[in-house]
Amino acid sequence: MAMDQVSTAHDDHAHDHKPGFFTRWFLSTNHKDIGTLYLVFALVAGIVGYTLSGLIRLELAQPGIGPLTGLMEFFGYSGDQAIEHAKHFYNVVITYHGLIMIFFMVMPALIGGFGNWFVPLMIGAPDMAFPRMNNISFWLTVAAFIMACISMLIPGTGQFLGFGGGWVLYPPLSSATGHPGPSMDLLILSLHTAGIASILGAINFIVTILNMRAPGMTLHKMPLFAWSVLVTAVLLLLALPVLAGALTMLLTDRNFGSQFFDPSGGGDPIMFQHLFWFFGHPEVYIMILPAFGIISHIVSTFSKKPVFGYLGMAYAMVSIGAIGFIVWAHHMYTVGMPSDMKAYFVAATMVIAVPTGIKIFSWIATMWGGSIDFEVPMVWAIGFIFLFTVGGVTGVVLANAGIDHALHDTYYVVAHFHYVLSLGAVFGLFAGWYYWFEKMFGVKYNKAIGYAHFWTMFIGSNLLFFPQHFLGLNGMPRRYIDYADGFTTWHFWSSIGYAVTMVATAIFFIGLIEAAIRRRKGAANPWGEGATTLEWTLPSPPPFHQFNELPEVKPDSHH
Amino acid sequence: MRFLVTLLSFFGFSAAAFAAEPVNGALNFQPAATRIMERLHGFHTYLLVIITLITIFVLALLIVVMVRYNKRANPVPRKFSHNTAIEIIWTVVPVLILVAIAGPSFSNLFYQENEPDLEVIAQSSDDNPNIYPDAAAEGWVTVKAQGNQWNWTYSFPDELDDGGYPVEFVSNPLQRGLSSDQDLEGARGPRNLTVDYPLVLPVNRYIRYQTAASDVIHSFAMPAFGIKTDAVPGRLNEGWFLVEEEGTYYGQCSELCGKDHAFMPIEIRVVSADVYDAWISSLKAGEFDAAFEALPARQQTVSTDVPTDASMRLAQAQ
Repeated sequence: MAMDQVSTAHDDHAHDHKPGFFTRWFLSTNHKDIGTLYLVFALVAGIVGYTLSGLIRLELAQPGIGPLTGLMEFFGYSGDQAIEHAKHFYNVVITYHGLIMIFFMVMPALIGGFGNWFVPLMIGAPDMAFPRMNNISFWLTVAAFIMACISMLIPGTGQFLGFGGGWVLYPPLSSATGHPGPSMDLLILSLHTAGIASILGAINFIVTILNMRAPGMTLHKMPLFAWSVLVTAVLLLLALPVLAGALTMLLTDRNFGSQFFDPSGGGDPIMFQHLFWFFGHPEVYIMILPAFGIISHIVSTFSKKPVFGYLGMAYAMVSIGAIGFIVWAHHMYTVGMPSDMKAYFVAATMVIAVPTGIKIFSWIATMWGGSIDFEVPMVWAIGFIFLFTVGGVTGVVLANAGIDHALHDTYYVVAHFHYVLSLGAVFGLFAGWYYWFEKMFGVKYNKAIGYAHFWTMFIGSNLLFFPQHFLGLNGMPRRYIDYADGFTTWHFWSSIGYAVTMVATAIFFIGLIEAAIRRRKGAANPWGEGATTLEWTLPSPPPFHQFNELPEVKPDSHH
Repeated sequence: MRFLVTLLSFFGFSAAAFAAEPVNGALNFQPAATRIMERLHGFHTYLLVIITLITIFVLALLIVVMVRYNKRANPVPRKFSHNTAIEIIWTVVPVLILVAIAGPSFSNLFYQENEPDLEVIAQSSDDNPNIYPDAAAEGWVTVKAQGNQWNWTYSFPDELDDGGYPVEFVSNPLQRGLSSDQDLEGARGPRNLTVDYPLVLPVNRYIRYQTAASDVIHSFAMPAFGIKTDAVPGRLNEGWFLVEEEGTYYGQCSELCGKDHAFMPIEIRVVSADVYDAWISSLKAGEFDAAFEALPARQQTVSTDVPTDASMRLAQAQ
């Protein structure tokens, strides 16, 4: 699908009239505007989630319970009462940090934001298949986020506000035993709503990708980002209803006297964990697969080479998605499963390393023999490949149930999943941001600021998360507001790492503001010969409606 | 020199003083006190070598492509996009590596998970480090740990008191982060790890532990033993270990259980058979404080006028 092989028809600017402000942004049916809304939303939610993680690192920077007690004293509690509130509030903070980052930052940004923006552009479609449903998906996500935020502020258990049972919501801590207050009920409603939004979005992507590809673009010629969103959407469609079911059972347990997860009525709390992780494990691939797609395009663009092993790359994502459904109980090695069952989950989990390895090596093979341009997105992509490898190999360690008995629920796990998500998905997110910034907003960003953002983020996040491996190995459990004094050193350095990422975040916003003020006019294709997908055939920003006459992908074009 | 020690400890060769508690700046597991954990040390070192080599290999490849194939060094990109041979290699080699991991992984898993048959072990006489024939001849010591919000109740189902009930006591933390803490400065033991009444177990005996919970899910974890088993309401989970060295060992609840999750430590005193026998006999006789006061090398400095759950329970029982 090289540019010269595509006949483009997007010069129809005469009809490019945009609706008024309210209609355009609040009643939007335009995939690019909805994509922008998702990105803005993810930015807002990301600031909230990032602030919550700041409270965690501030509290853990030194032993004892300090800063959060101070915060509670600010809210009018005193003495031991302030400390008790701080302890519960810490659990609330870690819970909502996880939920917000997953459901309201990474997913809306990668799928809602970049997916909406670039799936139709890449496959040569005028818009998404169901534009109004697209709008509903977005606003339901906003509603869900607002409900989640409100649920932090209403009674959770006893005198304490908010739900403090971890993002995994395990009963009985999330049932009437642990959190009888309305906070958990509102959180369930929030997650149901977010789930409906994601399911609608997933249906929209599947239908769009299967039906609206430009003439000549077979599935095997489709750009890898579209492949990644297709696989992600299928995972969402299959996994989220299971979460919704588990949440509904929890809701009826809490309010209508059912006893699905209550042993006194013949139920089993472990059943919730099975249902949750049947959703939860595909969920982690839902967060990383779109980043895989973005990285493939960036590596190919700046190496000025086609993606190495295109079909292998596409089917590696398919197989990661498929295997992702049969490994869930590796999150549950300590719940008391039979050893043979653990052995199965060990084997199945390790198999995932094979397609993941194929992706890593194919990215490197794409660069091999290329003529690499170290533009800002490429630097982020190379950082992603290395850091995702680090996070991946600790995943292989954790896959072994024997080792996991020592490491389960320790900071080693925290380090592992932040390497694949915070340094994986988020690095992919920033790579995509700098790759498509000019295309989306029609202005250039300052490259020096982009590089500065990368290096401070790279140093800061590694300093933040690498010492957590040592903490976990030495036995530091997760979700602790205070720790034994022997853990002080690495917690301190971890918090210093967070401070460095604060500088990185400031640089990110400076870059955003600088670009908004200077308004250097963006080029249609700033990346040159390597950028071969259809979005680069359009001006920057693209017209309000594109591809009024469908582009054609010639049959001889290769991927 | 210090660097060398750090480096060695990183690979699990630490010869430092026995310390089964977290240490500032530590890079690896706590020292092993059981064969289970000893094997995990070895297996983890093996894994660490493999994953370090893989990471260095990927990093090296990235450096090579960045140096050799940047636009200055290689202005004209090549256009290949397939190489079947290399694709087969990078699929098959990882599979072989995973097979090499799976062998010791399964062997360790089944060693930990499958309760040893003591009658068989007692008959064997070879010097297999994984089994303890002498200990096996003495049979099991069974202890049950029940997680509560927020302390542990320990009971010995096979050790009955005069009334026919299993010996049972509650183990409360000395610190909860509050100004009313019994031991604000952690003078009696490591802060946040020390309890009022520790679990006492005999050295070199097969211990069968069971976990249960009275309210929400907790997790019974002891890093130096290599064990972690969730305590789930409505379930009785089980595991085993055998501690080879006397000492005081610290673990912490490892499943989020609410406000005081960070304040329900597990302290296990592993003592000689004689001390253990005396301790359990005192408990069976209802002499609760005497039992703990008789333990060597650790003075009961908690003022007795602070009622703990355990002493209150005892008072009610009497």
